[in-house]
Amino acid sequence: MREISILIGGEAGDGTKLTGKLIGKILNRMGYSVFIYDDYQSLIRGGHNFSIIRAKDKNVKIHQNDIDILIALNQETIDFHKKHLKKGGIIIYDSSNIESQKGIGIKMLEKVQKLGFPKVLRNAIALGALCKILGIDFKILEKVIKENLETYQKENIKLAKFGFEEPEKKFELNKLSAKPKILLTGNEAIALGATKAGLEMYIAYPMTPATSILHFLAKYKDEFGIQVVQPENEIAGILMVEGVVYAGKRAMIGTSGGGFALMTEALSLAGMAELPILIVLSQRAAPSTGVPTYTMQGDLLFAINAGHGEFQRIVVAPGEAEQAFYLAGELLNLVWKFQVPGILVSDKHLSESTFSVSLNVEKINKTSPKLFKGKKGYKRYLLTKDGISPLAFPGQKNVITKATSYEHDEYGLTTEKPDEIVRMIDKRKRKKDAIIKEMKKRETVKIGGKKNSEKVLITWGSNIGAVEEVANNLGYKVIQPLYLEPFPIWAIEKELKGTKTIIDIETNSEGQLATILKCHGINVDKTILKYDARPFTPKELEKEL
Amino acid sequence: MKEKIELKDLNTYAQKTWCPGCGNFSIEIATKLAILELINEGFAKKEEFVLLSGIGCHAKIVDYINLNSFYSIHGRVIPPATGIKLANPKLKIIGFEGDGDAYNEGISHLIWAAKRNTDITLIVHDNRVFALTTGQYTATSPKGFKGGSTPKGTFEEPFNPIELMLASGATFVARGYAARQGHLKELIKRAICHRGFSFIDVLQPCVSFFNTYEFYNQRVYELEEKNHDVRDFERALKLARKWDYSSCDTKIPIGVFYQTQKPTFEELYQQKSISEKEKIQNLKKILEKLR
Ligand SMILES: Cc1ncc(C[n+]2csc(CCOP(=O)(O)OP(=O)(O)O)c2C)c(N)n1
Ligand code: SF4
Repeated sequence: MREISILIGGEAGDGTKLTGKLIGKILNRMGYSVFIYDDYQSLIRGGHNFSIIRAKDKNVKIHQNDIDILIALNQETIDFHKKHLKKGGIIIYDSSNIESQKGIGIKMLEKVQKLGFPKVLRNAIALGALCKILGIDFKILEKVIKENLETYQKENIKLAKFGFEEPEKKFELNKLSAKPKILLTGNEAIALGATKAGLEMYIAYPMTPATSILHFLAKYKDEFGIQVVQPENEIAGILMVEGVVYAGKRAMIGTSGGGFALMTEALSLAGMAELPILIVLSQRAAPSTGVPTYTMQGDLLFAINAGHGEFQRIVVAPGEAEQAFYLAGELLNLVWKFQVPGILVSDKHLSESTFSVSLNVEKINKTSPKLFKGKKGYKRYLLTKDGISPLAFPGQKNVITKATSYEHDEYGLTTEKPDEIVRMIDKRKRKKDAIIKEMKKRETVKIGGKKNSEKVLITWGSNIGAVEEVANNLGYKVIQPLYLEPFPIWAIEKELKGTKTIIDIETNSEGQLATILKCHGINVDKTILKYDARPFTPKELEKEL
Repeated sequence: MKEKIELKDLNTYAQKTWCPGCGNFSIEIATKLAILELINEGFAKKEEFVLLSGIGCHAKIVDYINLNSFYSIHGRVIPPATGIKLANPKLKIIGFEGDGDAYNEGISHLIWAAKRNTDITLIVHDNRVFALTTGQYTATSPKGFKGGSTPKGTFEEPFNPIELMLASGATFVARGYAARQGHLKELIKRAICHRGFSFIDVLQPCVSFFNTYEFYNQRVYELEEKNHDVRDFERALKLARKWDYSSCDTKIPIGVFYQTQKPTFEELYQQKSISEKEKIQNLKKILEKLR
């Protein structure tokens, strides 16, 4: 077998998410590339949660809804997903609480209760059964349990053994020679990329789907030497970040649409005061509270336009975990280089899905910003050719550094004089040219699929997994802008030369990338938009083409 | 060697735009003198001071003092002050807010600063009116205050910031009066030297929209002359309640109401720094664990 999809489902609190991750790890150790999609509701108990784990002998960056093995811990998992079971697929279910049917019923709950263990431990039985069916060596399972579960190890292994003895081997999942890759969620990749680029402080108020950055960095703060702070609200959060960067340390904040909306006044302050802040905006299905644990790309134009007044910013949008790692590091360096706010736009699908990645950690390095080296006469907003004024920080001898929300002179004192206002606006505007010059040296647009095709799929963010897979199957070229502001129109125009059809693919209802393209004189021939708060799967997308 | 500076070293070329007679002048001088003395006494270096302000008449003070400053937005002095202090605990942070900043727009930050005991000093220019927006009532305007938005007088009772700060856990709570410049200077010095969140509500007459000079001159007395024990919380609370920011029939105590010691936010949050090499090793180790 070269590809397999497994779905595990249960109620919230049943532990299916962790089990999904462990299944991913097991398949990863078998040498497969893995993608895990977690679908969960905004509640703590009850409801219906599931994870789909797709493993392939080639790079995989998206799940499919069609399932080879369905693991059900509750009745709803069967009711909802049985229709997706492929021919020859198998159901493993807990026959203690699910009505009997074709497949492998094991009295998991009963067993666990008889032994007096907590209910969630029944997942180990399911894992055991799964490994047996797939012909996976028990040692691999045992190792994964030992390395990943901190409590109830012995009990889990005992139960896994029990599960392993129950069914018969049904599939032959060959062990591949590939070395297991790193399994990373988009949010973990963002955190790690920023860390490698010198992040010193992370400040965030919890909000799905950005929260796992906060948890990840809080967990490893001592290993990374990063301070992690939970502020009283998002307004305080972004302003704390602005204080930190004014004092000379690298700081980042993460949130979703609602929190970002609260930050917009201070975003303008970053524009005016030229503060190098980095915001991670992980979109959820909105407007307002919307569908908080599901995905949508409704905030692209908001990210690009948020804040009052005109000021430059840099907006990037990675589509999968590797891109997230590199772009987070790159953006942190760039905001310091150009002293502008930066926004990394993600969404639930990228932030919380798990990817197999291979990372070249050395590729990201902290680059030094332009620093004041003089002995006296420091001017925070010195007029320069490229608009970038040298930085100095409070505490530095012979330096007085004045940051301000008011329009100001070079020294940082308030001005209302017309000529000084124009001079300062022009100075800040010059940074746009400098940024574009820098971007032209970098990969700002990712090209994939059949590169010489006349038919183009253009998309952004987390759709890339599905879009690329379909493009490879059907012979389309893929254009994915990684930078959205400044918009890399030069690179896109070059890639569009000689093409005949342009199809725009987004998970929102208005086609926001298509709108941006239109502003730059590019009209797409068709848009494929999905806004049921679920990501595209390749099969769904193929049907639309 | 101690650094010696003069008052003029703290001046900028910015033109002052406060109304003649405004209480802000006195607060500015008191602040400059306090900082000047602290520098010359060797308490801190000039470059170690960072001033912050919100938006309003009072806020212009940072343009008038030649020290590091962060001229923030309305109501948002405490969050950047907290960030600066976290990033570099050696710095001496002094925030200036109007009553509009501190008690209206940014009230949540104020309570949190007291709760956390962030080691910063906050000086509130409490003119009990939104001055820069031409005279509307604020959280500390007296009941019946007539302003642009309440021509017939506000129905709301003011709240008492001293009481609020005591209840929120502030470790240095004081009230000053702009027209008692020497006393105010001493208060500011003590506040800066205090380790933890220092709060001074400064009664500041606004000659254009709420001229309170006479009112305060008749009522203000200094706690320092009354042998008040600043460690006595219950007594502090009682003194705080003496005047409710509305009534006219009582004396108004100024001075330090309460002072105590607690670990500061920055001390508790200090992050052990690690070398770049160590960090990369750890990062690689964690990546290995994620296989
Ligand atoms: C978010 C926001 N809302 C409103 C304003 C308008 N505004 C400017 S100053 C001010 C109030 C100033 O009152 P206060 O803080 O007491 O300072 P004062 O002028 O009395 O010194 C207001 C409401 C603003 N700048 N920003
Ligand atoms: S309006 Fe009031 S607070 Fe503002 S400068 Fe004039 S007197 Fe001072």
